[in-house]
Amino acid sequence: MTAAVEGSPPLRMTRARRNALLQSEPVQGLALISPTFFYALILLVLPILVVIAHSFWTQHYLTIDRTFTLENYRVALTEPIYRDLLWRSLYISLTVSLFTVILAYPIAYFISFHGGRHKSLWLFLITIPFWTSYLLRVMSWKVILGYNGVLNSGLMGLGIIDEPSTALLYNTSAVIITLTHAWAAFAILPIFVSLEKVDRTLVEAATDLGDGPLRSFLRVTLPLSAPGVISAALIVMIPTVGDYVTPKLVGGKDGVMIANAIQAQFGKAANWPLGAALSVTTMLIVTLMAGATVLIIRALQRLAR
Amino acid sequence: MRARRFLPGGWLSAYAFLYIVFLYLPVIFLPIFSINTAPTPKFPLAGYTLKWYEDLPNTPALLDAAWNSLVVGVSASVLATVLGILAARSITRYRYPGRRTINGLIMAPLVLPEVIVAISMLLVMLQLGLSLSLFTVVLGHVLVCIPYSMTVLTSGFEGFDRSLEEASADLGESAFGTFRRVTLPMVAPAIISSLLVCFTISLDEFIIAFFLTGTEATLPIYIWGQLRFASKLPGVLALGTLLLVASFLLMTIAEILRRRAARRTQNEGGLYA
Amino acid sequence: MPEQLQRSMIEIKNVTRSYGAFKALDDASLTIREGEFFSLLGPSGCGKTTLLRMIAGFDNPTSGSIAVGGQPMEGIPANRRPTNMVFQSYAIFPHLNVEQNVAYGLKRLKLQGGEEKRRVEEALAQVSLTGLGKRLATELSGGQRQRVALARALVMRPKVLLLDEPLSALDKKLREQMQVELRRLQQAVGITFVLVTHDQYEALAMSDRIAVMFGGRIAQVASPKEIYQRPVNRQVADFLGGMNFVKAEIVEENGATLVVDTLGFGRVKTDKPKAFVRNGGGATLGIRPERLRVLWDNATAKFEVAGKVVERHYFGEITHLIVEIPGLEKPLSVTETNDFGADDIPVGTSVRLAYDPEALVAMAD
Repeated sequence: MTAAVEGSPPLRMTRARRNALLQSEPVQGLALISPTFFYALILLVLPILVVIAHSFWTQHYLTIDRTFTLENYRVALTEPIYRDLLWRSLYISLTVSLFTVILAYPIAYFISFHGGRHKSLWLFLITIPFWTSYLLRVMSWKVILGYNGVLNSGLMGLGIIDEPSTALLYNTSAVIITLTHAWAAFAILPIFVSLEKVDRTLVEAATDLGDGPLRSFLRVTLPLSAPGVISAALIVMIPTVGDYVTPKLVGGKDGVMIANAIQAQFGKAANWPLGAALSVTTMLIVTLMAGATVLIIRALQRLAR
Repeated sequence: MRARRFLPGGWLSAYAFLYIVFLYLPVIFLPIFSINTAPTPKFPLAGYTLKWYEDLPNTPALLDAAWNSLVVGVSASVLATVLGILAARSITRYRYPGRRTINGLIMAPLVLPEVIVAISMLLVMLQLGLSLSLFTVVLGHVLVCIPYSMTVLTSGFEGFDRSLEEASADLGESAFGTFRRVTLPMVAPAIISSLLVCFTISLDEFIIAFFLTGTEATLPIYIWGQLRFASKLPGVLALGTLLLVASFLLMTIAEILRRRAARRTQNEGGLYA
Repeated sequence: MPEQLQRSMIEIKNVTRSYGAFKALDDASLTIREGEFFSLLGPSGCGKTTLLRMIAGFDNPTSGSIAVGGQPMEGIPANRRPTNMVFQSYAIFPHLNVEQNVAYGLKRLKLQGGEEKRRVEEALAQVSLTGLGKRLATELSGGQRQRVALARALVMRPKVLLLDEPLSALDKKLREQMQVELRRLQQAVGITFVLVTHDQYEALAMSDRIAVMFGGRIAQVASPKEIYQRPVNRQVADFLGGMNFVKAEIVEENGATLVVDTLGFGRVKTDKPKAFVRNGGGATLGIRPERLRVLWDNATAKFEVAGKVVERHYFGEITHLIVEIPGLEKPLSVTETNDFGADDIPVGTSVRLAYDPEALVAMAD
């Protein structure tokens, strides 16, 4: 096949050398991926670097003072309002990841071990709600949990409560329920993939060596699916910590999270550097938390033997 | 002999059933209350009506938003798919240093908090003096669509036996001819699937559009604006239902095509994998 | 035929292909003649596939040159070379049916009238696939896919047909059947076939000539019979099947003959191989197990060695006997067909083995 399709270098080289260079895998591969790579570099990496830079600057009304300062981080970490928001965001995202993983594991197990010929249909069924608008799913929880909502009117209709409960909506629990629902599908996929990789003869070998169903599950299947559990936990934990829509729609005053504060700094409050510092702090803390989660799951995995 | 497994299938089936209910139930309420005569979503239902749907075409702001969403969705899906094709082809066909790192970077928007991605881009765009518009929304949507496009395309390209293209060249076909007669027909379903997935994501995406748009609203932004008014809820429910149906249809078609593409490229004699 | 066989079709001159420090092919030179069935035989990684792909134009030599039909191939891309290939994976286009696959290359030629259809039919008939033209590639068996790949290449009427391990994906029985068919087909169409294989029986059964390759180098090029009976070194001898090796001392070396002393076979005078290069005073003498025969009862032979059976392995149509010979460090392995009761010789029996000195091959150490 001709190499000329991949574009030719401006330098005049001998044919052999040019062919060798153009036909080398690394050059062709990198050339092909470079547009996408640069897109991500310019619209993701560069912006994040700009955010980090801003977090060390100061805002004076409409101008930005570019003298290096740690003041924003002091505010982000010590001001009670931001500290509380950070803690609450971490608490919510940790709880949500725990719930989603625990709820998702049996489903992933069911599809992988009992799904039979319908595995892909099951997966499709489970991922479909995820593809519908996130905003709409959060909105439907508002409809369910609201004062005049489905749950209240339903419970009243059944005579279980006399007047609508206000405890359902506008609090941390509402945020946790909504997020757990929203991220359910995301947790199932990685766990399913890692369960699929568990060689079925290993389970049989454990049984053959005298383990009962529970013991072979705890000693073979569960530890071998730990990588899936780890990615499921991370894939839920990191994005949820910065969730904006859910706390705004169903969180009320008690359910406000750090993203709402970040947004405020870029909006009404117009303090970009503080917003940037809050973003960076959130990312750092969630990274630490993610790292800790990985270590804990790995430790549990070792214990299982 | 088949080893007995932890947790009997019966209990698991029951759990799976409940789980599906948990996944679908909240979403089902949107269409249910969109045909309810009462403006507040509560049981028992007051009566059946289609008036909320009939009102939709008479709302100019909504029509504008729908048009904007269409423009953004089409542009973002085409751009993201083109970039996705290049990257997926490179990842599945070539081996080179830094491949995993680059792949990780391209896939990163999938796991980063959207607010932070949106705000970072906002900062850069403002610094560059780009005025916020649908164009900036497209730029943002392309970034978040690429990982999904990559996933769909990689599954279509993987197992694509390289010797198929060599066979074409061997039989006298030029590089372009090979692309047109072999490569394209084989990966076309995956490409269409990627376009549909990206369009769906763009259609439903809120946060990035919210931060990066100027004065023009997309459908989710329009819905967000309407949520403040309790009286507008039924209209929003009707619109939401239409969006749900659109997403559902697009994703179903995309999935069918993706599977067809994957089946096609898994050439049985292929030893390349 | 013999005159035609003299003309060369492919000239490979000092071809080297290196990947960094690794040389996949190291200074290989080879002439493949017009109309012959030529095999590149060797273990995986010996460079045979690299060489084939360079003839096809999928890879380029780092140095050296390749000419096909007298035309230098440098700078000519695969799609403009007079060669066609049958791929190891067959590379049947899964989105096209059998006919469309076979007609794939013809489409570009824009043939007039029913010519394209006629040639497709002809090619399908050549590989006994008549009537299956409308089948989808995915509906074919392994053997049928292989036939489609053959038809698709042959329909182009190439000067050279390249076959990259075409039989390796088939089961044993089908493989043996296809060996015969391929050979027949090649003789019918008269096109030069170049086959890459790691299976020595395949190469022996099908080829006019074989090049045996190891580690990027061509070790020997000769007819199957010569390769098998007169291997140039132990590596080639080993790769083509079992051989007994006996240490020998060179007593006399002149022109075309070699006289050596061995412990088991005494003083032996043999033909000196063309490629023989003396390395000190030692040499190795080899003899294939089937060239040793057990002498029954009081039968005698001009040349014989005596020993004792220490192991017996039954293989259905043949039996392998392991016979210890006094003075030899390794016992000899003997293959006997089972028509005279070799499968009944008890372990421990003393036997005499007859051999023909012609069957002894001298190899440099």
